Amino acid sequence: MTVIVPLIAVLLIGVSQLVSGIARPTAEAAIIGYVDELGGFQQYTSQGNITLVRFDTPGDATDALISGDINEYFVIPPDYISTGVINRYTLEKQLTASPAVTAVINNFLLNNLLAGKVPAATIARIEAPLNVVSTRLTETGAVAPEQGGYGALIIPFVFSILLALSIIFSSTYLLQGLGEEKENRLIEILLSSVSARQLLTGKVLGIGAAGLVQVTVWVISAPLLLNLASSSIGGFISTIRLPPNFIALAVVYFILGYLLYAVISAAIGAISSSSREGQQLIGVFTIPALIPLWFTSLLMFLPDNPVWVFFTIFPLSAPVEAIMRLGVSAIPAWQLVASIGVLVLSIIGILLLTTRVFRTYLLMYGKRPGVGEVFRSLRSG
Amino acid sequence: MCYNANKERTVTMQAVDVSHIIKSFADKVVVNDLSFSVAQGEIFGLIGPNGAGKTTTIRMMMDIIKPDSGDVTILGEKLSEATKNKLGYLPEERGLYRKLGVLDSIIYLASLKGVDAHSAEERANELLNQTGMLPHKGKKIEELSRGMGQIIQFIVSVIHDPELVVLDEPFAGLDPVNVELLKGMLFNLRNQGKALILSTHQMNEIEELCDRILMINHGRLVLYGNLAEIKSRYRSNSVLLEFEGELGEVPGVAEKRTHKGYVELALDGNATPQQILERLVSRGIVISRFEIATPPLNEIFLRVVGEDHE
Repeated sequence: MTVIVPLIAVLLIGVSQLVSGIARPTAEAAIIGYVDELGGFQQYTSQGNITLVRFDTPGDATDALISGDINEYFVIPPDYISTGVINRYTLEKQLTASPAVTAVINNFLLNNLLAGKVPAATIARIEAPLNVVSTRLTETGAVAPEQGGYGALIIPFVFSILLALSIIFSSTYLLQGLGEEKENRLIEILLSSVSARQLLTGKVLGIGAAGLVQVTVWVISAPLLLNLASSSIGGFISTIRLPPNFIALAVVYFILGYLLYAVISAAIGAISSSSREGQQLIGVFTIPALIPLWFTSLLMFLPDNPVWVFFTIFPLSAPVEAIMRLGVSAIPAWQLVASIGVLVLSIIGILLLTTRVFRTYLLMYGKRPGVGEVFRSLRSG
Repeated sequence: MCYNANKERTVTMQAVDVSHIIKSFADKVVVNDLSFSVAQGEIFGLIGPNGAGKTTTIRMMMDIIKPDSGDVTILGEKLSEATKNKLGYLPEERGLYRKLGVLDSIIYLASLKGVDAHSAEERANELLNQTGMLPHKGKKIEELSRGMGQIIQFIVSVIHDPELVVLDEPFAGLDPVNVELLKGMLFNLRNQGKALILSTHQMNEIEELCDRILMINHGRLVLYGNLAEIKSRYRSNSVLLEFEGELGEVPGVAEKRTHKGYVELALDGNATPQQILERLVSRGIVISRFEIATPPLNEIFLRVVGEDHE
């Protein structure tokens, strides 16, 4: 899984580029024919790698298309000015022109229509009239150090997905390991060599180390993947920036989030009779880690809704939610303190409860104790 | 045949000293005020019917579970993490990592007992060779037969040269060749001064291997002590006789039971076996076997468990 996730990302990028036709943007020089029935469209016939060739009649253009001299052609009808209709002819099944061809035809028409009537600079502006540059100001009117926007969102968003995946995979590994040891009756040999607490700690730290290696591989592969994807997202890469304190908070939330789910998995592994049963039970707990990802778009448009405060403090969703919110808006200090505090207390609390039931139920094979029985064990220790 | 401990060995401390341990699960008392000790250099039998509390007792000795009250002292020390490295354990419910190789499994489990990888490999090769398992050391556990897996588990329980080895049903699932192999290894360990606790339902194995036994039922001690003494306590005051000639009426014999190849003479309350032997010899009967009958352990087991049940 460590390597599969980046590989899947590479595959997705490749497929999306192939499908959108951007993988070979204008590498092949294309020749597009046109028939000017309106008149006045003679200039600007060279647009990048695409050359436009004029034909006198649609019949000539069709012959050229069939013989392969041109890739496609379009006709500017006499009533074009009033209707805006352009008739395009192609041998391809796909009737919609690619974005590159559409842009070329658009610029060709625009330039010829405005040639000599307005300055060239104005034509260029009409082609691309809007390039919004937003600046976020603080309440004092100064330029805010944290400018927000999609550039700031991308890294927290990617990290929160990785964190949620890592939590789910690590929990599954831990459950599988414990389940196998219970099913194979190895647990008795292990407990005759180490204490239940040592076994629990070893499991959490061992799987944690594996989780960290996984995340490290993903984080290292992320810039490479972004580079690969850059052709499809253009200059967006240059706008990516880290929110303040992001790395420190990301590390804190990764460790706490991982520990929380590791101790929950250990408790479930102890009371489950098989690894399959354990994985069904852990699903109930991993769903809250995924909830923030489901509401990403709502978070972007309504960043100040109180519901996000709840998810930031609720321990099961806190790690993923807090990381995502860092990319959208600043999180008030009290919420961060409350979130981390509740997480730490939850981890300690669940760890204490887990150590009470861990030893007893690890040795109980074949049947899962009822809820009442577990509570009785917690009381008696 | 009963193998006795090395009497010349100076015993400085008990290998195991269990004092008044009690353990309950969900209000059911599983082990009830149990006390016993096991000396170094002896093979000690722990027997009892299913559900008697044997495994729970062993788990408390192994520090896998804690007693509700009472003390367990192993090799003169209170149970601790450090003590665990001196213990070897072959549990009744056993298994190994199925996907792991034989050698890797042994080395990993030895490392949990504080043995470094190099020493563990060296010793593993030695033990694999001794048990005829060396050709299989490169295999995965899942490729081994049940008996082979059990031999590997036995190796795991002794690879760290423990002072005390607890074996729960060690012969279950082994073929006769491997049973003999294992017995030989147990005697070797005993001769090295190790204490061995053997829990099994196979009474003949206990009779053959053990010096002393503890029988528990419903979590309580019902028999404890030297095996020969226990058997003599349960003897039925009869003698087994193989002879040539006519036996006739023998004074002091209350009943004569004929078995295949021998006769069992039940003595009345007044005669001793010595007197009976003298009377038979004086009649000129040729005696090829004269043995004071002691019941097999299996019979004692059934009798004690039956009495305890009533």
